[in-house]
Amino acid sequence: MIELKNVSKSFDSNQVLKNISATFKPGITNMIIGGSGSGKTTLLKCMIGLHDIDAGEINYDGVDFSKLDFKEKIPIRKEIGMLFQSAALFDSMNVEENVLFPLNMFSDWSMEEKLDRVNFCLKRVNLENINKLRISDLSGGMKKRVGIARAIAMQPKYLFCDEPNSGLDPKTSIIIDNLIREITIEYQITTVINSHDMNSVMEIGDHIIFLHQGQNWWEGANTDLIKAANQEVNEFVFASKLMKSKFQ
Amino acid sequence: MFFYHFGKYLLFLKNVFTKPENFKVYWKEIIREMNLIGVGSLGIIAVISIFLGAVTCIQTAYQLVSNLIPRDIIGVITRDSVILEFSPTISLLVLSGRVGGSISSQLGTMRVTEQIDALEIMGVNSTGFLVLPKIVAAVITIPMLVIISMFLGLMGAYIIGPLTGVISGTEFISGVLRDWNSFIILVALIKTVLFSFLMTSVSAYQGFYTKGGALEVGESSTKAVVYSSVLILFADYLVAQILL
Repeated sequence: MIELKNVSKSFDSNQVLKNISATFKPGITNMIIGGSGSGKTTLLKCMIGLHDIDAGEINYDGVDFSKLDFKEKIPIRKEIGMLFQSAALFDSMNVEENVLFPLNMFSDWSMEEKLDRVNFCLKRVNLENINKLRISDLSGGMKKRVGIARAIAMQPKYLFCDEPNSGLDPKTSIIIDNLIREITIEYQITTVINSHDMNSVMEIGDHIIFLHQGQNWWEGANTDLIKAANQEVNEFVFASKLMKSKFQ
Repeated sequence: MFFYHFGKYLLFLKNVFTKPENFKVYWKEIIREMNLIGVGSLGIIAVISIFLGAVTCIQTAYQLVSNLIPRDIIGVITRDSVILEFSPTISLLVLSGRVGGSISSQLGTMRVTEQIDALEIMGVNSTGFLVLPKIVAAVITIPMLVIISMFLGLMGAYIIGPLTGVISGTEFISGVLRDWNSFIILVALIKTVLFSFLMTSVSAYQGFYTKGGALEVGESSTKAVVYSSVLILFADYLVAQILL
């Protein structure tokens, strides 16, 4: 479980996050949504330690991650899997080497065991027999799936996904969404997804936080989202004609 | 601004030289980098060394017009110029464009495509993992390249001297061996190790802290080449002043 308590973050005089508190439970897909500039990416980067926060707490199962130094953070970081918007795969390595990388770095398994795990993870994301392909040879959807395979290689307790559907066609988006949800439930991972894709939100958003002007403006499930009595939430959710015709 | 970057550079080096998470993975990276930096640069170093040696021989002969000066002095001057200056300094200036630019653009691209963030989130010391193998590989392989460069430079002079008639092969060999002092090889190697370290670390620093996109990656590479070239020349002066 990840718990945020009054998290604030400023860049110079611009306060991007204002006293954000929230709880992300394991086994469900937690989503952070909001318009551009609402602070979603900053919040995610604060949660994974890429930005230091100015005030508040970020607790990973009771341990305040924000107060730890680089070395103290390592044990928690080993339990974090991250899927980046661009997948952030190492392009000097092939598919197999990418998924193998965290295992090589942090496990003392034999090479046979590590390769078994790599093949298992690739199979889990429906990618088989592509181990030796270069990253530049993969499609956008395949890159995201390799990114997921790398993220789950170390059997993480926490999974973060930054805009997992950006740049993907609707069909591939649904495949990626379902994959993240299945993995979350199967391994009881605490998953936090940063998205502004309403299709994803309505498909897999078990617990949603709506950020507006750096604040936790609204919180609830996707079924409550379409009934929310909040002007900013309604403007965001029903911005597209499709959502209007479907739910209003 | 200078002190800000100097301090940041020192902290960067501190992170580079922390204990690796996994020696085996680092060792593989060092071998890979040795291949890229060393073997990959052999061709260009060979070409420039042969020509530098040949040109030094011809230009030295051009300036020694008096019959009172023995011809083998051309060999002495060519030997000292090639070993002390051209092989370590000119080679490193060329390598700062080839290797330094490549290091900076590689790390800059990794930064803007979030690959460095991915390493950090995994708990990997990204500075150590990405930069230490490059520095170690450069400090090991570039002195080897420079030794090859010295040999090829002298060979270039040995071939072109008799070919153009400015000096005979025997006179050239006699000049190269005249008053031989191994200390010049040591000075050249000290220079090379220092320049290799400066070139890789400064280029890595420029690339590692790139912010923005493709344009900024290009700017970082340019800065890496310019700063490392200037620092190499400055260090060249210091070493010459101190050791010679």
